[in-house]
Amino acid sequence: MAAFEKLVRQYERQVFRIAQHIVQNREDAEDVVQDAFLKAYEKLDQFQGNSKFYTWLVRIAVNEALMRLRKRRTGRMVSIDEDVATEEGSMPRDLADWSPDPEALYGQSELAEILKKTIQGLPPGFRVVFALRDVEGLSTEETAEALGLSIPAVKSRLLRARLQLRERLTRYFKRGARGQSKDGVK
Amino acid sequence: MTCTEFLQQLDEMLDPAITGPLRAELQEHLHCCEHCEITLNTTRQTIEIYRKHEIYALPEDLQERLHQAILEKCRGCGK
Ligand SMILES: [Zn+2]
Repeated sequence: MAAFEKLVRQYERQVFRIAQHIVQNREDAEDVVQDAFLKAYEKLDQFQGNSKFYTWLVRIAVNEALMRLRKRRTGRMVSIDEDVATEEGSMPRDLADWSPDPEALYGQSELAEILKKTIQGLPPGFRVVFALRDVEGLSTEETAEALGLSIPAVKSRLLRARLQLRERLTRYFKRGARGQSKDGVK
Repeated sequence: MTCTEFLQQLDEMLDPAITGPLRAELQEHLHCCEHCEITLNTTRQTIEIYRKHEIYALPEDLQERLHQAILEKCRGCGK
């Protein structure tokens, strides 16, 4: 148990962030983290040393989070493949350049709201790939293993997640974006 | 190289570790395509902004509570 507690300490923050990215609310994310560690603890003897413990844990947590999402929207299937067939964002449309210091256009809490709202608009199967690869820094291989996807599937989802986020953030960060919303069009 | 082909390789462009002929080809496209240059730069910024602002950070008081709850659940599972 002492050894397991060390693992909990080491990974609870990351698992919480990943869970939040999928379920998008704090209470559900807390439950997901608890259930994921409990499952990991119960199945510890099934853990094969050929993958990293963290990757294995993330896989359990992602499955728990998707299950939780499904429960919340009763009657609707939620899977890692949901909505990923969309062509949206596969080609950039808004090609306006961003303001030189886009983050300075907004206050801290306003910026956090924009970032949350923007990523929440993505299908779960895109969100989670972006969260694992770009936010948590897992490799393409680790992300594929954690999600049970092929490497090409991870790559194509990552590209579309990035392009969709970029497209949506352009609305807030392009040159003159703030001036227009604040003072109206002059 | 077309813009679509460039976008397919965007991941390679974002990874500074990638060098060699592919990178040179991508660079060449960038020199003559403002659209892809903007796409590349703003995509890079998108990733940096999300990395920098941990929108889902675990607050310290919640971490302690969550940590204890996890251990309690594990102890109670009879294993
Ligand atoms: Zn181009």
